[in-house]
Amino acid sequence: MRPSAVRLLNVLVPIKRTIDYAVKIRVNPQQTGVDTNVKHSMNPFDEIAVEEAVRLREKLKDAVKSIKVITIGPPKASETLRTALAMGADAGIHVEVPEASPSPEPLGVAKALQAVIKREKEGVDLVILGKQAIDDDAGQTGQMLAGLMGWSQATFASKIVVDTEKKEASVTREIDGGLEEIRCRLPLVLTTDLRLNEPRYASLPNIMKAKKKPIEKLSASDLGVDLTPILETLKVTEPPKRTGGQKVESVDELVQKLKDAGITAVA
Amino acid sequence: MFPTRQAARRLALQSSRRWSHSVAPSPRLNPVTEKDLAYFSSILQPSSILSTLSPSKLPASELDPYNTDWIGRYKGTSTTVLRPRTTQEVSEIVKYCNEKRIGVVPQGGNTGLVGGSVPTGSGEVVVNLGNMSNVRHFDAVSGILVADAGCVLQSLTDYIAPQNHIMPVDLGAKGSCQIGGNVATNAGGLRLMRYGSLHGTVLGLEVVLPDGTILDLLSTLRKDNTGYDLKQLFIGAEGTLGIITGVSILTPPAPQASNNVILALPSFECVLPLFKTAKRQLSEIMSAFEYIDRTAYDLAVKHGQGRALNDEDVEGAACFVLIETSGGKREHDEEKLNELLETLMTADKPIINTGVMSQTPAQFASMWALREGVTEAVSKEGKAYKYDISVPLSSFKDVVDVTRERLREKGLLGPKAVKHVIGYGHVGDGNLHLNVVADAYTPEIEAALEPFVYELVAKYKGSISAEHGVGVMKTHALHYSKSNTAIEMMKRIKQVFDPNGIMNPGKVLP
Repeated sequence: MRPSAVRLLNVLVPIKRTIDYAVKIRVNPQQTGVDTNVKHSMNPFDEIAVEEAVRLREKLKDAVKSIKVITIGPPKASETLRTALAMGADAGIHVEVPEASPSPEPLGVAKALQAVIKREKEGVDLVILGKQAIDDDAGQTGQMLAGLMGWSQATFASKIVVDTEKKEASVTREIDGGLEEIRCRLPLVLTTDLRLNEPRYASLPNIMKAKKKPIEKLSASDLGVDLTPILETLKVTEPPKRTGGQKVESVDELVQKLKDAGITAVA
Repeated sequence: MFPTRQAARRLALQSSRRWSHSVAPSPRLNPVTEKDLAYFSSILQPSSILSTLSPSKLPASELDPYNTDWIGRYKGTSTTVLRPRTTQEVSEIVKYCNEKRIGVVPQGGNTGLVGGSVPTGSGEVVVNLGNMSNVRHFDAVSGILVADAGCVLQSLTDYIAPQNHIMPVDLGAKGSCQIGGNVATNAGGLRLMRYGSLHGTVLGLEVVLPDGTILDLLSTLRKDNTGYDLKQLFIGAEGTLGIITGVSILTPPAPQASNNVILALPSFECVLPLFKTAKRQLSEIMSAFEYIDRTAYDLAVKHGQGRALNDEDVEGAACFVLIETSGGKREHDEEKLNELLETLMTADKPIINTGVMSQTPAQFASMWALREGVTEAVSKEGKAYKYDISVPLSSFKDVVDVTRERLREKGLLGPKAVKHVIGYGHVGDGNLHLNVVADAYTPEIEAALEPFVYELVAKYKGSISAEHGVGVMKTHALHYSKSNTAIEMMKRIKQVFDPNGIMNPGKVLP
């Protein structure tokens, strides 16, 4: 076997347990948040991240040495890790926070991930996160992590091609004007956008294998990280109810109503 | 494409259905005239009337959604559609029509598959229940729901969901079908295996009889043995004995845990042993067991009905089975399900290749969408001849193969004739949906299929219509599944309720 300068890739995929996106959310009576006594599942963008890691391994085969998934959350979050393992990840890390504690914030998460990466003996070459969590819509964790680590970042990725020999990745990003293609050096922080892939169903053989895969349990203090929130939520309310529209009898009437509302023609 | 406006009389005497056995317009019935329209205008709101007659004079195309069935195979030519708002209005309409001998077609969501909810050529008036869509009462403790017949099934599901109840009946048409229509057709659907048929879950009905009398059988009692159980006659009568205007139904508690799996089977012979094993190991938590053959799956995927399985998972699969579990405790259900899956995956002689299990509510819905979407995929693929039959489980594959062979013998298999012959259905209830997908409806294909398929079913002593009903499509085939004595008694009962024959003429009875 000829000696290879290629380092095998270690991939880390942080995932978050959020309220399932199909659930109808209701603000709690105290107006401090939403009712969380509902179905939870993996943040959809994180599902896409796990799927991308698995597809990378299918493409690059042995060049991907390990895919680890990590979550920072309450005890129930370990189920979310099992789902990721059933999709094809190798091992999990669960940074457990108490059930009653507030949800960790992006900066806290980023610092915890930084500590985890430093701990990993084999190192980490690629971190794939969802672009945002559907509960807080913050969209900050990936960027903050890249900043803390001093690594390249490619966010809102809709296509990723990794070249292990050059230790580079070519990423297509979704931006306002269309698509942007950038070339990044590894190690790299990626955040996934919707069009990157469509996550697979967990297949039975993988579900059975997942039960035997290891999950390492850690606490925030093990990592030397303080997850206390620095933001205080003052109030959560529903958006104002939508008032009904109006039906008009003719185009002329429509034009008149638009004029009355102060909307004038452009051309 | 659609008939231009014609005088009411000519319209009434023309049967404009494209297919086969034309229904002779009933000689005893009169078509709707302007005079009748004037009467209806005096008892109904203007927004409850759609008519091509004066003074309303709508273009015929406005009435197309009411005149044409969901498949597009049966096209009526009614001039007048009424959408009453109250039971009283329905009663007055029917009383008038009975006196004037005008045919009445009760209509709900118009999603039936046997042409039972659209007019034939007798100048009938369509009475659409869509404006009667109020929930009258829901008791969260007993789960008893009382609702207007025009409530859309999905909206009832949404109404009782916050109280943690579900409707006992569920089908692909849930976004459009109405509960009155479901009851009138004794709809089966995906939950029958677990919750039973509407004959058991409907506690009471409010019905307008063919002479206009309002028969109030709206009970909320779970048990009531006081005389003949009249409501059972209307359940499944397909609107031929009266118009259902109110329904009282028992809704089961929503399962705390739901899961589903799609299993890929190497051959059809594995379906029965799989059913036996699943029944034994899952026992009370199994709530659905659906079968789709490989072609049906491919069509559903082709037409984007739901997310497909991975290529490697479907390789070598001859057919698929979807199993749903519903229970009170997630951990308990998952344990049973995992044990079943382990047994199947590690068996010496495996009866499954592999399978996938839903991990999230979104995936759960997507897997169901693959099964429920087959019907829609079929209508996008071509023109479908649908045969909804009850036959022994072991013969499911044979029925499909024999039908395909028959078409091949007649030289009717091919891209310009019959594109696919597929089978899918409710294994748990012994109900197969045999679909012949053609490029276009032709007399040759129909002649090759009928009475061939019905005779095939009769050989198995099966039902020529497991759940879709008779409508106008299968009136002539009733004798394949019911004796002459039985049909004679049905005619006598019809005579008792509807001596003038105004209620949904041409449907159900030959």
